[in-house]
Amino acid sequence: MLKRSKLSAILDHAILILGALFMLVPLLMVLQITTMPDVEVIKHGPSFQIGDQFDDNLKKAMLEASGFSGENTGVNMLKNSFVLGIGFAVGKIVIGMMAAYAIVYFRLKFATLAFWVIFTTLLLPLEVRILPSYEIVQRLGMLNTYQGLIVPLIASATATFFFRQFFRSVPEELIEAARIDGAGPIKFFVDILVPLSQTMIAAMFIIMFVYGWNQYLWPTMITTEEGMFTLVRGIKQITQVMEGNRIPEYGRANVLAIIAIIPPVFVVIFFQSWFVKGLTESDK
Amino acid sequence: MAQVSLNSIRKVYPNGFEAVTPSSFDIKDGEFVVLVGPSGCGKSTLLRMIAGLEDITSGDLHIAGRQVNHVDPADRDIAMVFQNYALYPHMTVRRNIGYGLKNRKTPKAEIDRKVEEAAALLNLSDYLDRKPSQLSGGQRQRVAMGRAIVRDPALFLFDEPLSNLDAKLRNQMRIEIKALQKRLGVTSIYVTHDQVEAMTMADRIVVLNAGRIEQIGTPSEIYHSPASTFVASFMGAPPMNLVQAQFQDGAVRLPCGTAVLDAPTSRRGPITLGIRPEDVRLGQGQTAFDVHLVEELGAHRLLHGQIAGQPFTAHVVKDTIASPGAHVVDLPRAALALFDTQTGARL
Amino acid sequence: MKRAGFTTHWLPILLLMPQLSIIIVFFYWPAAEAVQSSFYLEDPFGFGSTFVGLENYTDLAGNAEYRRIAWFTVIFTALVTFFSLALALLLAVKADKVIRGARSYRTLIMWVYAVAPPVAGFVGVMLFNQSWGPLTRAFQSLGHDFVLGVNYSDTAFAMVLVSVWKQVPVNFIFFLSGLQSIPKSVREAALIDNRSASGRFWDVTFPLLAPTGFFLLIINITYALFDTFGVIDTLVKGEPGNNPMTLVYKVYVDGFRGNDLGGSSAQSVILMVLVLALTVFQFRLVERRIHYT
Repeated sequence: MLKRSKLSAILDHAILILGALFMLVPLLMVLQITTMPDVEVIKHGPSFQIGDQFDDNLKKAMLEASGFSGENTGVNMLKNSFVLGIGFAVGKIVIGMMAAYAIVYFRLKFATLAFWVIFTTLLLPLEVRILPSYEIVQRLGMLNTYQGLIVPLIASATATFFFRQFFRSVPEELIEAARIDGAGPIKFFVDILVPLSQTMIAAMFIIMFVYGWNQYLWPTMITTEEGMFTLVRGIKQITQVMEGNRIPEYGRANVLAIIAIIPPVFVVIFFQSWFVKGLTESDK
Repeated sequence: MAQVSLNSIRKVYPNGFEAVTPSSFDIKDGEFVVLVGPSGCGKSTLLRMIAGLEDITSGDLHIAGRQVNHVDPADRDIAMVFQNYALYPHMTVRRNIGYGLKNRKTPKAEIDRKVEEAAALLNLSDYLDRKPSQLSGGQRQRVAMGRAIVRDPALFLFDEPLSNLDAKLRNQMRIEIKALQKRLGVTSIYVTHDQVEAMTMADRIVVLNAGRIEQIGTPSEIYHSPASTFVASFMGAPPMNLVQAQFQDGAVRLPCGTAVLDAPTSRRGPITLGIRPEDVRLGQGQTAFDVHLVEELGAHRLLHGQIAGQPFTAHVVKDTIASPGAHVVDLPRAALALFDTQTGARL
Repeated sequence: MKRAGFTTHWLPILLLMPQLSIIIVFFYWPAAEAVQSSFYLEDPFGFGSTFVGLENYTDLAGNAEYRRIAWFTVIFTALVTFFSLALALLLAVKADKVIRGARSYRTLIMWVYAVAPPVAGFVGVMLFNQSWGPLTRAFQSLGHDFVLGVNYSDTAFAMVLVSVWKQVPVNFIFFLSGLQSIPKSVREAALIDNRSASGRFWDVTFPLLAPTGFFLLIINITYALFDTFGVIDTLVKGEPGNNPMTLVYKVYVDGFRGNDLGGSSAQSVILMVLVLALTVFQFRLVERRIHYT
C-alpha cells in the first residue's frame, strides 16, 4: 500500500516535471542563443553551451535599429511597450472604476441603460471591428500616436465589469455607515472604496499591463512609423529582417524576444497570488 | 438628546410592495425603544427611514422637533450601529472611531480627546492602533459602539447589533449596551428579531408584523396583555398557548366540552383562548392534559403535549414531578386571554 | 445598485462620461460601420461605394477559399482547445495532488501566460528553423522534411503546437484554482466512499470542475479564433501565401492588404454573429453555474 502511493507520487512529479520542461525548454533555447555569436548558431544551432556574446548581442539589440528610419532601437521599442502597457492598464482601471462606481453606488434613472451600453462591449472583441476602428482612428488623425494606440483598446468593459462585481460584494453597511459619518460620494470613494480595492486594483493592473504589453494586431495597424513600434509589434519585422540578412542576426533577435518577455513574466511571477486571484475571480 | 416622532410613516418600494403601512408613534427623550418582529416585518426599513438611508414614501418624521424627511443622514444628528459592525477594514480602531468627527471638521486635538474618552469607556484603550481584523467579535462590536458615542448624537440607532455574536457574549453585550445607554441618556431605537433582547433592554417595545404595528407598550404590558394572537405567540419563550374554543351555553368551552370560563355574553361561535405556560396549574382542575414530552431545563421543566387535540405547553418549577402521560390542569380565570379567532385581536 | 446609494445626479454622469464616450467612438461607431459597409461594394481606388445588398455575403458563401479557411479554423480551434484543456487539466490535477514543490511547479508552468502570441510565434520560428531548428531536426530523424511556411500541414502543425503551448497556462491556473476551491470536506467524504483514486476523480472531482471546464471551453474557443492572430502572423512571417489561416487573419488580409472593404466587413459581421452566439451560450452556462454552486 505504502509502496504503491510512493510510486504514484513519483509518477505525479514526473508528469509535472515534463510539463514544466515543455513550458520552459523553448525559453532556455532562446536564452542560449542570446549568448552565442550568430555564426555559431548558423553552423550548429542551439546547444548546451553558454557563450560570451550576450553583452554584444544586447548592445546591438538595444541601440541599433533594424529598420530604415533607424528609430526602432530596442530602447525605443521598450519605451513604447511600457507606455502602452502602463497607459492601457492605468486608463482602463481609472475609467473602469469610475464607471463601476457610478453604476453601483448611485441611484441613477438610466443605470440599466448605461449598464447595457457598457457591457455589450464585452461581447465583441476588437478583432471583429478592426478595420472600421482603424478608419476612425485615421479620420481622427490619431495614427502613429500613443492616444490612437491606447484609447481604442480601452473601449471595452472588462475592468468595469470586474470592479462592478467587486463593489457589489462590498458590504452594503459600509456606505451606510459612511453616509452617517458624513462622507459624501467623493469622500467615500477616496477614503473608503479605493483603499478597500487596493488588492483588486493591483490584480487588475497586472492583468491589464500584460494584456496591453502583449497587444499585437492593433499596434500593427495603427503604428506604421518605426519610432512608434512596441517590442511585440516589432517582433514580426525582427523576424523578417533577421532572416533577410546575409548572416541572420539570431543573437540580436533573440535578445529582443527575451526583452519582450521579461517585464510581463516578471510581473506575473512576482505578483503571482494577486494575479491568480484577479484572473480567476474576474469571471464570477 | 431628543424626542422622535413618527407620523403616518409609510414605505412603498418601486415594485409596489408596501414594506411599512402608515405607522405613528412618539419616542420620549432618553427612552430606549425596541422594534421587534419576525424577519421581513418592516422593522429594519422603519429604522433605515429614521436614519435617512431609505426614502420615506409619505408621512412626517421629526427628530428633536425638526422635520427631517429630506435631511441627509449625515445631518440628522444620529449614530448607527450595524449588524455586521460596518467597520472600515483598512482603518485602525482610532481612525474608525474618529472618521465621523474628521468629516465634520472637528479639530484634530478634540478628535483625539474624544476618541480616547470613548475608548476608555468601552475598554478599547489598548486596541486603538489595531485594525478591525485583529479584534474579536465583541471588540468589533465595541468599536462600532465607540463610533456611535464619540459623535455625541441626539439619537442612537441599532440594527440587530448583537446577532453576529455567540450566545454568551450576546448576554454580556446586552447588559453593556443598556447600561451605557442609561449612563449617556441618549434616546435610542433598537431593532431586533430576538424577543429576549426586546424584553430585557427596552423601556418600550414596538411589535411589528407584516409592515404593521401590532402593539406598543412596556415589556410587561406586552407580555401580560398581548394585543393580538401574533404578539401572544411572538413574545415569550415558550410562547403563550393558543387554544381554539367555542362560546356555547353561556360559557367558553374547549372542543371536548369542558367549560373553562363563564361567559355572560350572548355571543356564540369560535374564539381563541390564550394562557402563558407558567400560569397553568398542574394537578388541579379538570382539564385533561396529555403530556408527550418533558423538557428538562434545570431550574424548571416544560411539559409539551395536547389539550383537546391541540398543542399545549405547561411550565412547572423544578420540584414538580411530572412524566409523560395523562394529567389534569387548571387554567386560572385571571390568566386567560380571549382573542377573536378571525382577526386575532384581543377581546 | 446599493440600497442606500447616493442621490447626487451630476456626479455619476461625470463618472460615466469617459467610459461612455470612448465606447461610443471606438466601439459602437466602428461596429455600426462594419455592419453598414458589409452591404456596400467599395471602389478600390476610393471613388465611392455602391449598395450591393447581401452580395458580399453570397460571394463569401460561394467562395471555395473562404470555405476552406472556415473549415481550417474549425479544425484548428478544436485541436487547440482540446489539447490545451487536456494538458492543463492533467497538470493541474497533479499539481493539486503533490505536497512538495506545488508552488514551484505552478510558477514554472504558468509564466508562459505572460508571453505575447507573436513572441510565442517567434519561439516557434526558432524551434522550426529550416537549417538548425531542434524540432526540424527531430522530424528529420523521423524521416520527415519539415518546412515551416511552405508545407501546408507542417505550418498548421506548428500553429497548433505554439498555440497550445501559449494557452496551457491560463487553463492550468483556472483548473488549479477550481480544484483548490473544492471543499476539503467533500474530498474527505469521497475518500471514505470510494477506494479508487481514479474513481474519485471521475465521480467527484471532474463533475465539480465541470463549470470551470465549460467556462474555459468558451475562453479557449475565443482564444483560438482571435488571439492566435499573432502566432499565425509570425509563424508565416507575414507572408500568408498558401499557408493555412484563420478567419480573423483572412479579415485582416482582405481588408487591410487586399483593400476589399465590403468583403472584409461581411467577414467581420459573420465573426460578430459567431462571437455573439458563443457569448449567449456562455451566459446561459454561467446562469446554470450559479444554480450549481
